[in-house]
Amino acid sequence: MKIKQLSIFLQNRMGSLSKPLEVLTVANVNIKAMCMADTSEFGILRLVVDDPIKGKEALEENNFLVKITEIIAVEMNDSPGGLTTVLRVIKENLIDLEYLYAFSHEKEGKAILLLHADDIDRLIDILTGNNITMVPASEVYNL
Amino acid sequence: MFWNEEIETMPRQDLEELQLKKLQKTVKRAFDKIPYYNKKYSEAEVFPEDIETLKDIEKLPFITKDDLRESYPFGLFAVDIDEIKELHSSSGTTGKPVVSGYTKKDIDTWAECIARGLKMMGLDETDIIQNTHGYGMFTGGFGVHYGSHKIGATIIPISTGQTRRQIEIMSDFGATCVIFTPSYGIHLGEVALEDGIDPKEFGIKAIGFGAEGWTEEIRRRVEEIFGTKAYNIYGLTELMGPGVGIECSAQKGLHIAEDIFYPEIIDPNTERVLGENTPGELVLTNLEREGMPVIRFRTKDLTKLTYEKCECGRTHARMSRITGRSDDMIKVKGVAIFPSQIEKALLRIGDVEPHYMIIVTRPGTLDEIEVKVEASQDIFFDGIKEMMAIQNKIEKSIENETGIRVKVTLVEPKTLPRFEGKAKRVIDERDLH
Repeated sequence: MKIKQLSIFLQNRMGSLSKPLEVLTVANVNIKAMCMADTSEFGILRLVVDDPIKGKEALEENNFLVKITEIIAVEMNDSPGGLTTVLRVIKENLIDLEYLYAFSHEKEGKAILLLHADDIDRLIDILTGNNITMVPASEVYNL
Repeated sequence: MFWNEEIETMPRQDLEELQLKKLQKTVKRAFDKIPYYNKKYSEAEVFPEDIETLKDIEKLPFITKDDLRESYPFGLFAVDIDEIKELHSSSGTTGKPVVSGYTKKDIDTWAECIARGLKMMGLDETDIIQNTHGYGMFTGGFGVHYGSHKIGATIIPISTGQTRRQIEIMSDFGATCVIFTPSYGIHLGEVALEDGIDPKEFGIKAIGFGAEGWTEEIRRRVEEIFGTKAYNIYGLTELMGPGVGIECSAQKGLHIAEDIFYPEIIDPNTERVLGENTPGELVLTNLEREGMPVIRFRTKDLTKLTYEKCECGRTHARMSRITGRSDDMIKVKGVAIFPSQIEKALLRIGDVEPHYMIIVTRPGTLDEIEVKVEASQDIFFDGIKEMMAIQNKIEKSIENETGIRVKVTLVEPKTLPRFEGKAKRVIDERDLH
């Protein structure tokens, strides 16, 4: 159920994003979703890829600092209010989300929301308890 | 103007005779009273009676900061603690600090050194001296203080900081001399100018510089801002404090009080004694000290000596401005910092020693230190908040260790330069030498 996301430490300077992406290209690892958190000096590049282990190894061989972080994916309606419906459940159950990002699903009318919270197991319990569809890791990797 | 004309202008031959007598006495006392010297000299098979000429000092082994540290706190005292009237300690060094103990006579000798210097700078009992050096365990504050008392001047013991108050006091109290580190002096001047006050109007007669490296450009800048001459003061806690060497009105090097300190210049690698006008590491010996005679101390400061009689009439040797260090110490905001301290601070954060680089700059008038640290698994978290906290924690740890606030930047692994052999950890972009 949990998705292995790659978190990569990068300095915030011109061109610093291109090197890790090149490494993944050479290793033939495909990026499914990405988001970037940054400060004026450094950033954390978060990637969901088709093969996280292979991606991590390739990046580490090229001296990148990589951590595997577990996140979850849920399905939401790709229409106004779709995201709000999911977030309302999370808020009402007092879960503090660390970050989230989303991308569109290949399923018609659906989108995928990626979520990270400190207590990820509780987040899973609450979401499934509220009939929100979880997207299995294998499905996300192979989208 | 002289404080002690007879001594300060003594013909060199007489001075050297006086030095030899004092050296023989000092070596004998150290050998008899301090187990450290007794053991070290016995092992080297050199004894007090072997000192027959000044040149014979070269038979004696050197003493280093590490030796002083190992004798912490009172291991190198030649007198009982009840005869020690004051204790000082060096600032911001690795491991145990170096302690310096003074008898009543030692404090008087210290005052004598500063008194000579203040006179060289043209000051007397009519002057008001504002001393911005820190009072406390740091020797900067008290040394100048005692010397000022000796010549009968008025001292303002304002100590460091509170820049606007410094300016107000300088103006209201009519200070005629200010003692500061060059960078703080420029800062003081610039703050005054910002507030619409021209430091030239204070009527400062002389400025005493100390505790950090500077260039002739920095001196010219200070002299321009304050409209007066700035004189270099050199000293170190191990030997006494400020006043080992002070510049006279000729501004052509610092006169070492040679009846009180015996200077040598050595090649830091071969430890061979070098001749006049040859740059090398300064080695100093106390000739007068009762409480804690230090013999052949390796200062690690690079300079050169000249014995030529100065145009001011003084015959005592002159050392040039310090042009660098033979070790990796850096002086920032007047505080001595060793890369090993940064290392120690970093080791408290993670399990492994991170690769780091220290970059010292002076963007305006004040020094800034940036420590670049390569991020590693044990200090990498998938959250900006956590990463900022780590950065902050490293900054705090370094500040605790060195007393200096630094900016820490986390950089990607393997992005800092690697060196074969001895790592170069410091990039000093201040261009001080």
